[in-house]
Amino acid sequence: MTTFDLNGRTVSVRSPDDTPLLWVIRDELGLTGTKFGCGIGLCGACTMHVEGRATRSCVTAVGAVAGARITTIEGLDPEGRHPLQSAWIELQVPQCGYCQPGQIMQAASLLQDYPDPTDQDINAVMAGNLCRCMAYVRIRKAIKLAATRMRSSP
Amino acid sequence: MPSRRGFLIAMVGAGVVLGFPRSGVAAVNLPSSASEATSAAADLFEPTIWYGVDRSGVVTVNIIRAEMGQHVGTALARIVADELEADWTKVRIVHVDSDPKWGLMVTGGSWSVWQSFPILSQAGAAGRIALTQEGARLLGVKPEDCTARNGAVVAGAKSIAYGDIVAQGNLHRTYTPEQLQEVSIKSPAERRLIGRDTIAIDVPAKTDGEARYGIDAVVDGMIYARPKVPPTRNDSKVLSIDDSAAKNVAGYIRSVALDDPSGTAPGWVMVYANSFVAADRAADLVKVAWSSGEAAHVSEQDLQRHAADLIAKPGGARVVEDAGVDAAFAAAKSTVERSYTTSTVMHFQLEPINGLAFERDGIFEIHTGNQWQSLILPVLAQALGRSQDSIVLRSYLLGGGFGRRLDGDYAVPAALAAKAVGRPVKMVCTRPDDMRFDCPRSPSVQLLRMAFGDGGKVTAMEHHAAAGWPTAVMAPSFMSKDAAGVPYDPFAINGANHWYSVGAQRVRALRNDLADRSFRPGWLRSVGPGWTNWALESFMDEAARIAGLDPVTFRLRLLDGAGRNAGSAPSAVGGARRQAAVLMRAAQKAGWGGALPKDTGLGVATSFGQERDMPTWVACVARVRVDRASGGVTVERLTLVVDAGTIIHPDSAQAQVEGAALWGLSMALHEGSEFVNGQPKDTNLDTYTPLRMGDVPEVEVELLASTEAPVGLGEPATTVVAPAIGNAIFAATGARLRHIPIRAEAVRQALAKGDAP
Repeated sequence: MTTFDLNGRTVSVRSPDDTPLLWVIRDELGLTGTKFGCGIGLCGACTMHVEGRATRSCVTAVGAVAGARITTIEGLDPEGRHPLQSAWIELQVPQCGYCQPGQIMQAASLLQDYPDPTDQDINAVMAGNLCRCMAYVRIRKAIKLAATRMRSSP
Repeated sequence: MPSRRGFLIAMVGAGVVLGFPRSGVAAVNLPSSASEATSAAADLFEPTIWYGVDRSGVVTVNIIRAEMGQHVGTALARIVADELEADWTKVRIVHVDSDPKWGLMVTGGSWSVWQSFPILSQAGAAGRIALTQEGARLLGVKPEDCTARNGAVVAGAKSIAYGDIVAQGNLHRTYTPEQLQEVSIKSPAERRLIGRDTIAIDVPAKTDGEARYGIDAVVDGMIYARPKVPPTRNDSKVLSIDDSAAKNVAGYIRSVALDDPSGTAPGWVMVYANSFVAADRAADLVKVAWSSGEAAHVSEQDLQRHAADLIAKPGGARVVEDAGVDAAFAAAKSTVERSYTTSTVMHFQLEPINGLAFERDGIFEIHTGNQWQSLILPVLAQALGRSQDSIVLRSYLLGGGFGRRLDGDYAVPAALAAKAVGRPVKMVCTRPDDMRFDCPRSPSVQLLRMAFGDGGKVTAMEHHAAAGWPTAVMAPSFMSKDAAGVPYDPFAINGANHWYSVGAQRVRALRNDLADRSFRPGWLRSVGPGWTNWALESFMDEAARIAGLDPVTFRLRLLDGAGRNAGSAPSAVGGARRQAAVLMRAAQKAGWGGALPKDTGLGVATSFGQERDMPTWVACVARVRVDRASGGVTVERLTLVVDAGTIIHPDSAQAQVEGAALWGLSMALHEGSEFVNGQPKDTNLDTYTPLRMGDVPEVEVELLASTEAPVGLGEPATTVVAPAIGNAIFAATGARLRHIPIRAEAVRQALAKGDAP
């Protein structure tokens, strides 16, 4: 039994300690917004926040997050309208959409560290998130749009 | 199965039950629409099977196409709503489940809007006419004094909303399919939604975790399964299964060798457990011994050698065979001949293949994303030993299609896994499982020749292409035949039958039968033009330089719109002259002919997209910089100009071109795999390396304004990028590359060779 905070709620799960966090959240807790892509931490579709840091949940054992604060795409904003999510909608970023929860969670981490990210910052931090539809042009644009808005209304 | 046009359009009023069971409209994947899409049939005005209007005026459009990133439901609903004069804020979409009533269910070939535009326009117009007539009656005015606009019928100061017409009216009028075809649609100037932007209906749910893909499907009582994928796609047989080590995995249930009468997944063993993680870990520990066919020893080199042998011999289909080709070459002042090759390419759609299957109330349900329900249903019927009408494919969003899910093969082992244990089973493949069961883009070998006569005039051209034929393997009824009756896969040779006027032309298609036996060749975004246009547009560049002409000028001279290249209605009006127009515009936008820094070059390529009777005119200029020391190629900018006729939803169109172009870039420089011992060498992102953020160039896209028939947008921009890059590398350095993917080592070798034209 592992206990942690998920999107502001305390949860206890029975999956063995070595179960990847991704599958605990998807299959045991039923939050399916976070996606499975490669299973080796290289596509970024499984990205969620552990203690506010973007983390690849497919290679993170649930036992390692005991007592931690975890945020998934469902919990990023109570209304689903984090500035990144609004920018994603406004610029119609998603195509198939499968990678986008991971992209958005990674981008949220990026903006915490770099409130005014350069192209190089974006390249470096978003490099681990594959978008197979190749919606990269819009992902970059939406990150910058959200960053601008977050800086003007903190 | 009825044809697409074979439905009866019945205008019926409230209280009259239509002949279409509501159970056929059941997909739940877009929360914004699902809750409102469940009105009882009796309360709906359903002038056609394509949409219904309820008593609150909500218009629900039934979408038979898969949503895999194109926002196709929005485009199709806009077509209906524009003619219907609906209030867009009251339009919903439902991605329907498989049902014979929909006719051919396929999402591919960049066909969706092109195929659906006429029928959905006329269906919308028919509804508007019926609502206007009934609205006029309710208002006590003449129909000719009424205007339908924004979900209401208006006559001067009086008006009545569509929902009220449905609630109060008495709509009963029947159109035959022929009458429906005679319904005239609006002139382009009267359109109010087509050509204007809106946020695509599917987008918000893709930003907050609400969107439901096949991998998210659940049903009470399901168990999980992960397969043991055999060593070869075909001819593998299970000899023994040893699951003794797997028994130590908590939650492991058992392993079963699937019996597949359809032959889709021979040699598959399914490992069952009460969670995916347990199934995954148990599968790693289950040992299976197989016997496999000859493919177990086949390599990429074998496949390419076989293709080259085929080209060297007579045979194949003469897709284009003009009189006088051989005579023109014999009489030529000079000729040029070049070979081009492409490597195996993997789909790598981000959502690994999966399927939830179970039997309920005598119906076998398969929950998964799929692009071609009509193709896999008969296969499932054979596999399960039951009739097609007792099987339903429930629709979900696709975590990437790109042609992978045109081949619904993964639904077969999922269904058999459920049948074998008599309970609901959710099969999830790991990424390596998915890659090993992929239907990759076949490697290809092509030979092109051109004959020049007096004054450098092009007098003849030949294009020979050998590759695996997906359509021959998976959808034989879609094969074409040449004039002599020789069958060929049109999707594997399209593109070679180009719109350049080259005198006497020959296009020969050769089936790489070794490829077709060794693996399952797939339809991958753009299919044949992915290799034919690489060869064609690289060759045109080489020919231009040999002719001593600028590559744009050379192409423009051949895109004269003469003879068969004049183009014709319905979808190819203007022909090659429209291709010339996009080419000129792209060159102009990209600063063609201008001065550039050292080792930097511009390269051009153009395409008519997928098929001659549905041409999407595309041109691309790539600007690249080459690092001579490393051979590294940096693509700095892609400039694309597209004429796709009428654009329904401009922002989605733009997104498709952006994505397709970057796919083209990814396949040109970053992807490509190879077969080793009958298996794709790369099975995950540790070695398979699609384009990432840091390598994305500036992408500039222009869609030319047009009121011609809408054509496809999902694929055409894919195929111009690789040849544009190859041609730009030549322009920058004089190094000619004739194989994709282009690796740094190949660039270094070409530089060392000093490959002159």
